[in-house]
Amino acid sequence: MTSQTTQTEPIILEMRSITKEFPGVKALDNVSLRVKAAEIHAICGENGAGKSTLMKVLSGVYPYGSYDGDIVYQGQVQQFKDIRASEHAGIVIIHQELALIPELSIMENIFLGNEPTKRGVINWAEARLRSLDLLARVGLREDPDTPIKEIGVGKQQLVEIAKALNKSVKILILDEPTAALNESDSQHLLDLMLGLKAKGITSIIISHKLNEIEQIADSITIIRDGKSIETLNVKADGVDEDRIIKGMVGRTLESRFPDHTPNIGEVFFEVKDWTVGHPNVADRLVCKDSSFFVRRGEIVGFAGLMGAGRTELARSVFGRSYGRFIDGHIYKDGKEITLKSVRQAIDAGLGYVTEDRKSLGLNLLDDIKTTTVAANLRKISHNSVVDLNQEFTVAEQYRKSLRTKTPSVEEGVAKLSGGNQQKVVLAKWMFTDPDLLILDEPTRGIDVGAKYEIYGIIQQLANQGKGVIVISSELPELLGLSDRIYTIFEGAITGVLNKDEASQESLMKLMTSARKADAA
Amino acid sequence: MNALKKLFGGNTRQFGMIFALVALIVFFQIATDGRTLTPGNVINLFNGNSYILILAIGMVLVIIAGHIDLSVGSIAAFVGVTVALAIRDWGIPWYAGVLLGLALGALIGAWQGWWVAYVGIPAFIVTLAGMLLFRGFNQFVGKSNTIPVPADFQYLGSGYLPEVGPNTGFNNLTLLLGIAAAAFVVVGELRSRARAKALGAEVPEMWVTALKLVLICGAILYATYLFATGRPGTSFPIPGLILAVLVLIYGFISSRTVLGRHVYAVGGNRHAAELSGVQSKKVNFLVMMNMSILAGLAGMIFVGRSTASGPFDGVGWELDAIAAVFIGGAAVTGGVGTVVGSIIGGLVMAVLNNGLQLLGVGADLTQIIKGLVLLIAVAFDVYNKSQGKKSIIGLLTQNFNRRQGPSNPNQPDETTSTKEAIAREA
Repeated sequence: MTSQTTQTEPIILEMRSITKEFPGVKALDNVSLRVKAAEIHAICGENGAGKSTLMKVLSGVYPYGSYDGDIVYQGQVQQFKDIRASEHAGIVIIHQELALIPELSIMENIFLGNEPTKRGVINWAEARLRSLDLLARVGLREDPDTPIKEIGVGKQQLVEIAKALNKSVKILILDEPTAALNESDSQHLLDLMLGLKAKGITSIIISHKLNEIEQIADSITIIRDGKSIETLNVKADGVDEDRIIKGMVGRTLESRFPDHTPNIGEVFFEVKDWTVGHPNVADRLVCKDSSFFVRRGEIVGFAGLMGAGRTELARSVFGRSYGRFIDGHIYKDGKEITLKSVRQAIDAGLGYVTEDRKSLGLNLLDDIKTTTVAANLRKISHNSVVDLNQEFTVAEQYRKSLRTKTPSVEEGVAKLSGGNQQKVVLAKWMFTDPDLLILDEPTRGIDVGAKYEIYGIIQQLANQGKGVIVISSELPELLGLSDRIYTIFEGAITGVLNKDEASQESLMKLMTSARKADAA
Repeated sequence: MNALKKLFGGNTRQFGMIFALVALIVFFQIATDGRTLTPGNVINLFNGNSYILILAIGMVLVIIAGHIDLSVGSIAAFVGVTVALAIRDWGIPWYAGVLLGLALGALIGAWQGWWVAYVGIPAFIVTLAGMLLFRGFNQFVGKSNTIPVPADFQYLGSGYLPEVGPNTGFNNLTLLLGIAAAAFVVVGELRSRARAKALGAEVPEMWVTALKLVLICGAILYATYLFATGRPGTSFPIPGLILAVLVLIYGFISSRTVLGRHVYAVGGNRHAAELSGVQSKKVNFLVMMNMSILAGLAGMIFVGRSTASGPFDGVGWELDAIAAVFIGGAAVTGGVGTVVGSIIGGLVMAVLNNGLQLLGVGADLTQIIKGLVLLIAVAFDVYNKSQGKKSIIGLLTQNFNRRQGPSNPNQPDETTSTKEAIAREA
């Protein structure tokens, strides 16, 4: 591996004026990319800018001939006709959605499609030895026989990298590698990338998390609207997050959060001693004696590491849609209420926007107007016959007020970008006119410009006197948005901080320790 | 082309199927020297396929919800034999027999729906078991004998609209029905157009609407003419009438009611539906139960048509119904499909069957051709979708879609990978 660094040519990969057209649209317009050997090169851009398309061109998903321009790799023009060809050359892409088979073991996944064989029979002994070595290199201490489904996303990511290393990778492409990872897994992954760099492996990383890019990248290429805007040298140019954002959106964002003066009323929603069991594991608790309250017009943040039980808490309160209810009380407007189903929760004035837009939040086959009214069909139907005119009017109204970018409300939601999909989901819940809206990772996978708009919508809801709970893994987001922040650790609420006393450090401390805030 | 697409409500797939159906009819009309579009043959076509089309109505809902029902043939046979026996042995009148059959269908449906919705057994397994179970019941109850039904019950499966009023040379009721249907279509279309316009939604040009109405009404009136001029004693068949009523009811339920929306929602993304307050178990239960009720009805119509119930009634029906639904544009993964599409899909198969028979093609070749048609119809669609195109017609019209707006729908989204898109559409 170290032989790579001795290469005289410092540029390992050059993509020269790549243009890729889809019917009716230029996804990439004359994009150029120069990657030096053994560097970490980040590609930044808003959603839809063309980052993933560029990587698909590089990795042969879009074969040679389907695009214009040249890929020069190790001094030669390449003509990859599929992913296998690019992998053979040492370019391996790890997609956002991991390509692992949950039922197979770590070892079987590492060698999938690349099995060490002896006269056509798989040599499992060799596979085991090699996988132990690979796992050590990525710093994953797991038995190679463990099924993939039994390890977390962070570890699965490492298995993907081990799989890539097994293919003697020279350029490793990671598409949003830390999107689904918690803080410590992310850090581990970033450290691993630095380690690989030291061993001469070049990495290309696509990420929305600009702080991570700032931390590890050597160069940054910014893509906007299918064009390569600039390539920054992180150290020489003294690049920081604001500089990257400026390049991505083509303007400076004065503030990442809209101005907002909270107008907070009395406590109207309260959960006490909420205890919920894991849906499958008998003795495991996902929520332990959690109590919290929300005031009218208040934005309440829930901070916690991934897997801390934030989503579990929210979903179990929202009509027991997760886990086994064990104990607890919900009070709304001073009266105790029992919510045994999602229907009851919606009727009681609750709304829940899920963190997983695609698999839990949307029916991707639906169009915008059907989605907008899906949670409150009763309001637009008479004798259970849906009034299609009203449906159209309602959807139009929300399209305008939320500024959803779409040619029409008849458009399928699958065709929208992440930010616009999220606006449609928000419209769906706003149409149920909830008193309390729970937003689980409301800006995940959404680009900077759309985030700002979503924040505005959230603040607007609070201004209307609704209570809003925001669950987020991004602490700056919680700090910028919330009036009060609860911290959750291992299913229990470990503290609550007001806006003025909260900081990343104080939150992180509470998010990683079981101590109650008042005990500290 | 864009206008042509709008002609059929923008549903390109359905348009493709209508186009295929018309082409098929024209082809056979020419190939058989005009024997396809004769009153006798068209009446025959409807009589011989109405029960399959009725099953297709139920089946498309089952498939939209993401399930399948393999037991419909056996249930039809079991209900048929039970009703035939009840009428013969207990002497109950024909209408009581029909009610009994529907009730039995509902009971069986509740049984299957319970397993699917509340126990969580995949419908494939539940209905595979049901297929064996109710076939066995049919032969056990009927002792594998043929049981005749009286003439008034036969009316259900082989009756025609009666002759009333003055002698016009046509069957008056059929004529009336055809004109009413045409008027219904015209008024409905114009009203929805006016409403859409009032809301500021995009409406097709007036000539497009007019052309559409002329074509549809022309087809309806021509069919009316055929049905009304059959040999004496025949006219629009009763099974066809039942079918038409069911298509109207179920078409309305699936597209316009809350329950219909919920069926699509559960099939499209069950988790998302549940988190929006849809009671998916109830929906699954009702969809499975409804299928069995319709299977019972189909079984009774068949018994009426063949004048007796037998031990092998309904063998293979489930496959015909499923084929109709998939040719009609439904997706195996659920969430996609329409009642009207399935009827058209069923008619494509029926016309094919009938035309090949008229041409004297043997049963062996007919099966081969039908199998290939099913495969190619669906394969072509899957292929086009995997290429990011909508369908045959989508392919033809894609150049015209460009001017629809600044944000182009074909643009690949960062967060929607092709892989995902294929998996979703397949």
